[in-house]
Amino acid sequence: MNYNWDWGILFREPYLEWLIDGLGWTVSLSLIAWVIAFCLGSMLGIMRTSVSPTLRLVGAVYVEIFRNVPLLVQLFLWFFVFPELLPDDAGMWVKREMPMPALTTAIIGIGLYTASRVCEQVRSGIEAVGIGQRNAGRALGMSETKVYINVLLPNAYRIIIPPLTSEFLTIFKNSSLALTIGVVELTAMTRQIEEYTFQGFEAFTAATVIYSVVTFIVMLIMQTIEKYVRVPGRVSVG
Amino acid sequence: MIEIKNANKWYGDFQVLSDCSTSVNKGEVVVVCGPSGSGKSTLIKCVNGLEPIDNGEITVEGIKVNDKKTDLNQLRARIGMVFQNFELFPHMSAIENVKLGQLKVLGRSPAEAEEKANALLERVGLSEHANKYPSQLSGGQQQRVAIARGLAMNPIAMLFDEPTSALDPEMINDVLDVMVELAQEGMTMIVVTHEMGFAQKVANRVVFMDEGKIVEDSPKDEFFGSPRSDRAQLFLSKILTH
Amino acid sequence: MIDFDYDIIWSNLPFLWEGMKVTLLLTFLALVGGLLLGTVLALIRVAKIPILAWVAAAYVNFFRSLPLILVIFWLYFLVPLILGHSVGSFYSVLVAFVLFEAAYYSEIVRAGISSVGSGQIAAARAIGLTYPQTMRYVVLPQAFRAMVPVLLTQAIILFQDTSLVYVVGLKDFLVSAELIANRDQRLIEMFIFVAIVYFIICFSGSLLTRHLQKKLKI
Repeated sequence: MNYNWDWGILFREPYLEWLIDGLGWTVSLSLIAWVIAFCLGSMLGIMRTSVSPTLRLVGAVYVEIFRNVPLLVQLFLWFFVFPELLPDDAGMWVKREMPMPALTTAIIGIGLYTASRVCEQVRSGIEAVGIGQRNAGRALGMSETKVYINVLLPNAYRIIIPPLTSEFLTIFKNSSLALTIGVVELTAMTRQIEEYTFQGFEAFTAATVIYSVVTFIVMLIMQTIEKYVRVPGRVSVG
Repeated sequence: MIEIKNANKWYGDFQVLSDCSTSVNKGEVVVVCGPSGSGKSTLIKCVNGLEPIDNGEITVEGIKVNDKKTDLNQLRARIGMVFQNFELFPHMSAIENVKLGQLKVLGRSPAEAEEKANALLERVGLSEHANKYPSQLSGGQQQRVAIARGLAMNPIAMLFDEPTSALDPEMINDVLDVMVELAQEGMTMIVVTHEMGFAQKVANRVVFMDEGKIVEDSPKDEFFGSPRSDRAQLFLSKILTH
Repeated sequence: MIDFDYDIIWSNLPFLWEGMKVTLLLTFLALVGGLLLGTVLALIRVAKIPILAWVAAAYVNFFRSLPLILVIFWLYFLVPLILGHSVGSFYSVLVAFVLFEAAYYSEIVRAGISSVGSGQIAAARAIGLTYPQTMRYVVLPQAFRAMVPVLLTQAIILFQDTSLVYVVGLKDFLVSAELIANRDQRLIEMFIFVAIVYFIICFSGSLLTRHLQKKLKI
């Protein structure tokens, strides 16, 4: 195997700066997309467990649509097709004047996709809490909303901390797809380093190490949170 | 035939078996009873090595169960075991359950295994159900198939771990009848059970355990007549009120 | 608005079908390879073979913390380097997918095995079956029956993930469609077409899985 090793390349300018920038975009993209995914996904999860058949249907349709098309294809649709389908003025704005179009599109695309997954986690968490609990709340005279806020959601969220963490890590990994529409996140940066310097081993190892370390840290944080909010005696849905 | 000498076992800090010693002779039926958590299920699982002991010795026909050189699989093939939850293999029919050990462990021919399995199922009264799957059988029927499965190995002894505890009351007698017949035919049996009627009928000896220790080990008549320890007395009085 | 050009889809169907064949072939091979390797990893971990079990666990955790795109880049870079000569991107990508999916399949198989109660293992050992025999005749048959729905769901995910070969230009269904889209300036038609085709296939797949799940309730 013909290869010149040069681990120092990672610490030389501009490559080090590239890595840091890339990581910065990865992290920001992931965090903002997560906020979208979590809020929208929770709403959809609640809708899928509501007593109203219309709300349940809307939630189900959303999930099926976003779950059965590859994320990459969804990103392309948002980036290339969506602006064309808008009325002329709006289309123009999206294409010309919206700041950071690639990043924004990636955030929205990944956020909406992950929302469908969060929806399913929230739904299974609420279902795990059980219909008996819901009935107990209603029997006390609580409205549907109060039942959700006081009975279902506090328990449901505790139960789903592990799968939710897993969804966050999935967003973190999926952020790499943004490189296909031009966002220079971490993976893209390391590919760029490889293309410029031919030191592929070092470049990809950097990305590998960073992704592994972040995953590890997030898991540790999750375990700590889980310990703090644990209800004695309750087991979580893994 | 089966000797247990000073057996001790811990689960972490908790001592589940405490200096247990007893023996079972060929053809004897020994009933092991006691409150929940007394270690009786653990003790019986140590006899065929499903659970190891931490110190002490258990021998079956001279073979040391806890010796690393012992071929446990061969030993288990010679001892039959029946579990509280039946544990029939759900993806196989009744007759396939009874044939599996014969084919894969004893290496009998398919014809031989089939013949023996049919004979055993008839013996436990379940010939018409031979091709049914466990999910299609009642608890009592499943347990009888489990007994047939154990007998198919031509065991020198049979171990029963609370065989009727998971059964509906109406089915308990079906299973006990089969066990009584086995005992009367001279099978060596160790039975962990709460069914004192069974004990009174066919047991030779009764072993009473509490908190991991063997508290009483006496011939049946003595045990039911005048148990020596207060604990056994208390236990009996609570169990035998009806 | 826009005027939708259906013709572009019809006239390019053969080319698109070639791309779809690549997608399907990649999915199938990665599925088989990933499942085999994943099962081996799972069995090693369940049997608690010293050292190997630790290695298997490290493997699974490692690949599950990486984005698939990075793994594709790694293998695309490494395979020619190790072999000493360049090799078609299909093989590099296939290796990447097998290694990656194995980690996920390993977890599914492991969960399936542990869903078979310990009482079953005790009963099998009690009649003298050896550990390999117990796995083969009692545990694995039950485990796989329980796993089929989850395995199918993972297969659908794999099918969608193959679209990522875009990053190395392998001509799968998506890339074929994109080539036409760029050549004829018809991005809208092609991407919507691609989305609809994926949707139909994946949705049917998930309906089939749900149907199978009901039938398999032992």
